[in-house]
Amino acid sequence: MKKTMSLFWTFLKIGAFTFGGGYAMIALLQNEFVEKKKWITTEDFFNMTAIAESTPGPVAINSATYIGYRLAGFRGAAASTLAVCIPSFVIIYLISLYFDAFLSLKYVNYAFQGIQVCVVYLILNAGLQMLKEIPRTPLHLLLFTTVFGFMTLFSLLAVSFSSVFYILICGTVGVSAYLLQKLRRKGDDK
Amino acid sequence: MIYLELFLHFLKIGAVSFGGGYGMISLIRETVLDNGWLSESEFLNFIAVSESTPGPLAVNMATFIGASQGGIAGSFLATLGVILPSFIIILIIAALLGNLLRYAGVEAFLSGIRPCVAALVLSTALTMGLSVFFSLKNFSDKIIIHYREIFIFLLLSATGSLYRKLRKKKISPVFLFLLAAALGCLFHSHGQ
Repeated sequence: MKKTMSLFWTFLKIGAFTFGGGYAMIALLQNEFVEKKKWITTEDFFNMTAIAESTPGPVAINSATYIGYRLAGFRGAAASTLAVCIPSFVIIYLISLYFDAFLSLKYVNYAFQGIQVCVVYLILNAGLQMLKEIPRTPLHLLLFTTVFGFMTLFSLLAVSFSSVFYILICGTVGVSAYLLQKLRRKGDDK
Repeated sequence: MIYLELFLHFLKIGAVSFGGGYGMISLIRETVLDNGWLSESEFLNFIAVSESTPGPLAVNMATFIGASQGGIAGSFLATLGVILPSFIIILIIAALLGNLLRYAGVEAFLSGIRPCVAALVLSTALTMGLSVFFSLKNFSDKIIIHYREIFIFLLLSATGSLYRKLRKKKISPVFLFLLAAALGCLFHSHGQ
């Protein structure tokens, strides 16, 4: 119970003070749980990071659930996940109440015209960063080009085709390529 | 029933979006535009606010969009929807599977998804750019060139790359937002 409370407070603090989302949070978590409290070993922490990044959903939520469960079971997972969301929820809900009134101020509106451009720039940068990290194999480049081409074309033609399908198709292609390679290797061995 | 729709849409987003933060943007954008919940510029405003307040981007976006469509209950259900799949999947992994990445099939699945997510994010950036800079949402639209927006974009890119060259690290998004806000005020208060 004591550990659950401690998890709750720690994640509440982390939720309230991390800017920049998941990856910024990972650094804070490491500092808090590996270095200060020594509740998690470095190796387990790296495992956790890999799992949080490779499962769907926000990285911060994945890490909170995982660490919470590891340290205090289901209760710990629930307390940590809830705590990391509370600050976001309260802050954004309060902002949402006054946002329209705020935007109707003339200069705020002008400012947001500039800020919208900045968001496009940030998303472009995030995408380029992801592109840089893709291995340069024909399969990966083919998947990238195909999805990029079709998604852009479809949105300009106003054809509705959910991104969910692209994700599932590409995942299936990844698995098929792996199985094919395995089969071929088996064939070579004989 | 808007509450159920909010919950289910965000449940789907939480269940299939990989790559965290910006990796989820294309799915969230599709959802809000297709349902007519937000316009492109409202959506961009929401991202800016979510990015400059603490907490995970996806949770902030879910709360914000939920609140705009269904008040406190809407924001609660959208947030619950986006975190529930994570919570359940991670519990299963932590309790039963151990290290998921030991399974070669999982690694293969992820290796197919990574280029896909990069493509989704870049395509989203491109279509957003066409809409913001040229009012081009689909091929039938008449192109209007927004010189001010293009100029602000060039100034932001120049600042971003210069900062990376000089300081060897990425510029803080909040600093870029402030710069963009100042440029927006400067350009739009003249000749509007």
